[in-house]
Amino acid sequence: MMENLLKLDNVNTHIGQYHILQGVHFEAKVGEVSVLLGRNGAGKTTTLKTIIGLTPATGGSVTFLNQDITKKPTYDIANLGIGYVPEDQGIFAQLSVEENIKVAMKKESEESKEKLEYVLNLFPDLKKFWKKAGGNLSGGQKQMLAMARAFVNDSKLLLIDEPSKGLAPIVIEKVMEAIVEMKKRTTILLVEQNFFMASKIGDSFTLIDDGKTVHQGAMKELIDNDEMKHKYLGIG
Amino acid sequence: MDLIISLVINGLATGMLIFLLAAGLTLIFGLMDVLNFAHGGLFVWGAYTGIFSYAYTGSFIVGIVVAILTGLVFGFIMEKLIITPVYGNHVQQILITLGFMLVLQEMIKVFFGPNVVAVKVPEYLAGSWQVGDIIIIKYRIFIIIFGFIVFGLFHYILTRTKVGLIVRAGVMNKDMVQALGINIKRIFLFVFMTGAALAAVAGVLMAPYSGSIYAELGMEYAILAFIVVVIGGMGSFQGSLFAAILVGLAGSFMAYYVPYLSLAVNMILMAVVLIFRPQGLFQAAKG
Repeated sequence: MMENLLKLDNVNTHIGQYHILQGVHFEAKVGEVSVLLGRNGAGKTTTLKTIIGLTPATGGSVTFLNQDITKKPTYDIANLGIGYVPEDQGIFAQLSVEENIKVAMKKESEESKEKLEYVLNLFPDLKKFWKKAGGNLSGGQKQMLAMARAFVNDSKLLLIDEPSKGLAPIVIEKVMEAIVEMKKRTTILLVEQNFFMASKIGDSFTLIDDGKTVHQGAMKELIDNDEMKHKYLGIG
Repeated sequence: MDLIISLVINGLATGMLIFLLAAGLTLIFGLMDVLNFAHGGLFVWGAYTGIFSYAYTGSFIVGIVVAILTGLVFGFIMEKLIITPVYGNHVQQILITLGFMLVLQEMIKVFFGPNVVAVKVPEYLAGSWQVGDIIIIKYRIFIIIFGFIVFGLFHYILTRTKVGLIVRAGVMNKDMVQALGINIKRIFLFVFMTGAALAAVAGVLMAPYSGSIYAELGMEYAILAFIVVVIGGMGSFQGSLFAAILVGLAGSFMAYYVPYLSLAVNMILMAVVLIFRPQGLFQAAKG
């Protein structure tokens, strides 16, 4: 049985006066692509933000590598080995592709250079536009830059929020291929609205509805369950 | 032509002093989203501690170093005690920093006395050069060169070093910088202390320029610095330099040609910029 890398236990999160997460629980296993699914506003993005500490949990616990990270500051969580690709990609618009990656690189060791080489081979466009301002890249290139930036350090877990959002089908294909490739080196927790993409690359799923986990299981189980897909994702 | 050159030198010198004050203010706002109305207090404390050290030791350089140290120490204390509790709340920031500005101003009177202090230009910077019919005052040239060196130094730090890269990234998207494993609070403290030191240096350089210092001077210059930050674009370092020179030159020329408008010229400039380009001339991009 595969080891749990990340575990959320009855996580509650408030943003201002709103009680967004009201009991999220799931595990992400080493080497898997776990997908968080649910309708718009279900709490998927907040779940990722809670894990990385941008909207800290007000109840429950988040455990990463058997360490309680619930109350840790964002930079500490990131330094433990969690990379984050937000929904809007979070590109530093006026910095070049090179500078965007340099901000993320903690040290220029042989290992990080090898990782950089690896992501540049994975996303050749980044090498091509190395000196171009991040704000001038296309949507797909921004997504690739955001993923490369999160991956270039020693990331044991990548949190990727809706990587297919707003992208053309051909670009989505490329992003999917990259995620499958990155999976060989790291564990991935994905938020995705595009069920086709999620079902293609996901190993396991967690369904979130109204801020609560309603089901967790192997992706195949969800693919075969039309009733669940219809009820929680509005498909079929 | 001679007159024009003299007015340009006057304007540039005033502009550079305002730039030193505004540069810290704009970085503090751009990165930390903090409206610091106590910035003028740091300016006047730099002026007093620097000038008193200068008077005591006879060395203007010691005065500048003491002013920098004053700025760093006050910046550290202020960020930790005054600013940290009010991050993210502009109304509270305005109230608490305005209050602290008054405290700093009154403390000057407690520690250094309420009277105006006369300040002389250091001997080696006093006097003037005559080039043809133009009289060039040495101290003004010193301020202009000092200002450009500071600009060059900070431009280098911001564009060529890792910490500068992080500051620029932080101005665009603080959350993302943290998510990349960087303790943004440490960067905030560094920027705040640097901004405070720049304000203090502006204070000690301004003292011989104006010939006297008094406690209320901070507020007067802080208003000019705020105008410069608004014109240049909140968060833009280059914008501050450009706007400070613009304000300095406009003040210098208007004072000569249309004296009755010289006090209003900065407000008019700011109003024009706010009408046609409310984000400022060089707005720093937010992520």
